[in-house]
Amino acid sequence: MNARDAILARVRTALRDVPRDETPADVEVPRLTAPVVPDPVGLFAERVADYKATVVRCTPAELPDRLAEALDGVGRLLVPTDLPPDLHPAGPELVADTHLPVTALDALDGVLTTARLGIAETGTIVLDHGPGQGRRAATLVPDLHVCVVRTDQVVGGVSDAVAALDPHRPQTWISGPSATSDIELDRVEGVHGPRTLHVLLVG
Amino acid sequence: MSELARESSTRRSARSAEPAPRASARGATFLGTPPFPTAAKAALADTQLRRNLAHATGTIRGKRAAVVAEVDNWEELRLAGAALKDRTLRHLDTYLTQLETALTKAGATVHWAGDAAEANRIVVDIARAHDTDEVVKVKSMATVEIGLNEALADAGITAWETDLAELIVQLGDDLPSHILVPAIHRNRSEVREIFLREMGRAGKPAPADLTDEPARLAAAAREHLREKFLRAKVAVSGANFAVAETGTLAVVESEGNGRMCLTLPEVLISVVGIEKLVPTWEDLDVFLQLLPRSSTGERMNPYTSMWTGVTPGDGPQEVHVVLLDNGRTDVLADEVGRQALRCIRCSACLNVCPVYERTGGHSYGSVYPGPIGAILTPMLRGVGHDEQVDSLPYASSLCGACFEVCPVRIDIPEVLVHLRSQVVDAHRGRPSLQGAAMKAASWMFGRSARTAAAEKLSGLGSRVLDRTVRRRAPGGRRALGSLPWPVSAWSDARDTPVPPPESFRAWWSRTDGGRR
Repeated sequence: MNARDAILARVRTALRDVPRDETPADVEVPRLTAPVVPDPVGLFAERVADYKATVVRCTPAELPDRLAEALDGVGRLLVPTDLPPDLHPAGPELVADTHLPVTALDALDGVLTTARLGIAETGTIVLDHGPGQGRRAATLVPDLHVCVVRTDQVVGGVSDAVAALDPHRPQTWISGPSATSDIELDRVEGVHGPRTLHVLLVG
Repeated sequence: MSELARESSTRRSARSAEPAPRASARGATFLGTPPFPTAAKAALADTQLRRNLAHATGTIRGKRAAVVAEVDNWEELRLAGAALKDRTLRHLDTYLTQLETALTKAGATVHWAGDAAEANRIVVDIARAHDTDEVVKVKSMATVEIGLNEALADAGITAWETDLAELIVQLGDDLPSHILVPAIHRNRSEVREIFLREMGRAGKPAPADLTDEPARLAAAAREHLREKFLRAKVAVSGANFAVAETGTLAVVESEGNGRMCLTLPEVLISVVGIEKLVPTWEDLDVFLQLLPRSSTGERMNPYTSMWTGVTPGDGPQEVHVVLLDNGRTDVLADEVGRQALRCIRCSACLNVCPVYERTGGHSYGSVYPGPIGAILTPMLRGVGHDEQVDSLPYASSLCGACFEVCPVRIDIPEVLVHLRSQVVDAHRGRPSLQGAAMKAASWMFGRSARTAAAEKLSGLGSRVLDRTVRRRAPGGRRALGSLPWPVSAWSDARDTPVPPPESFRAWWSRTDGGRR
């Protein structure tokens, strides 16, 4: 017997006590009451900031100025090839991510992307690496991540996010800058991922 | 053998005459650890360890309590988490084949491993096929359990641990002592010393002016590991969850080392215990709320990566998933103990356990320490063969704090008691002091005349002792001190009261039930 069949046979033997006619649906799972989030956008801003990320709220008209401020001092900025042109900032040299090798990504000062959605309750930004969000390595290797989130992309809780997302796309859920609690369980920001996370909340 | 794998193994043998503890053949325990009471005694004497642990567990307990209190429907979430895992476990064969189909459709290769040796062989063969002498690793309990790093080293392949705590353990040639924070037993100045001493031998050295500030230590790890991330061809991970319906795997982490390993290399191998499954994508909702709050005490961990097979043009283009049994089906077969497979490895039970806080993780001699380890390890390994394993169900005061905090409601005290009875049953038939004493007692109580004679004897002894014994137990009753062996095993830690001068039965017949 190969390993697969042996394991499945052992599983079936182990479950002898489970009635033959029981289906997965027979194991009842209590329904969750969805928590009501009165001001998702305000809560999102507050909770992202709790992780020591920078959060700036602005109107679409103010966005170019806020972008310029966020990117002050950045020399070479990585941008996904499909980043909407109205988000292209003035100032830094823009480097389009045309499947650059990782060592090239490592030599850049920052990356600018959009997001798929934001979760208010947990202060989380979710990327599904669709248009404007870049491939997964793009928001990982450079040390600064500037992320533009529209207020109409903010959902209340984790349940709302899971319901809206497509599991067949790769996803990165980001809650603040890279951090660790590994030394004396004390959270410190800044390990392998971007050490600075700058969120522009537009709308 | 790569230069560093060789160096690491010679370093081990040079440091001590005894081989460094390794995961045993079946996994789950570290060979060479004495039974819990002996190991705990040594750990209790280590005041530095107790300070480190008290500080760390105290910090995390406070953080967890605060973020759990924020969630109005926390109990509902716990009930849902437990029920979802029960649903998965009771129909595990269905979900495993469903996962296999979904993964294959998404471009991943699925492997099945019955035990540690099979799993290790699969990983080694894949790494060899890519002609690499190193792999980068995301923190994974399953790979510690199967002793993967040692198996890779034997094949000449160096496994670089990239999680900060795992890095501290690996560089310090040490053993993990906590599920979430394997280096919890080390404080900041110990970490600084290890980094200064060892980093240069494994790659980029630590800066000479390194201080013990956690931010500086984290920065040193960033510098040290970056070159390894950028050049690695093969990565090894575990998975926190595997969605049967879609074939999606999830890794929950903080530092970004997980993202580095899951994204940059060409080849990704994930070793996934068969209990990691959840039925549907929607079910992740419950677990992504339960896990971070229970684990690091955060509303959400900094990074969660989810991937479904291969994504063309993004991340590894060759994806392997190794489904691991290694004793899990034995746990599944135990109707009381089965609930232990609900565990999502949050480590909340370790952080609240009064025994863990005082003795630390190493005393359990087990990959999975603390309350969950005290039930999981004996079930994975089986009881009745190994004194060390058999001692684990007793490493608890049964206070129940672990059950209170468990996000998937594993009734750890219930399983501990169940396993204690299994241990006793496994040793039944062998002569024991306790057995002999019980036999004598049953002979004595079996006939009322014998009982009366024994009571008379005890009353006589009492009158003698009452005159000679000076010691008093709390409450004022006279008590005996330490008694000679073999009774000393009992009396050394307890007050033995002086027997009463008159038995209840004698008193009753003398006073006609108190009427005279």
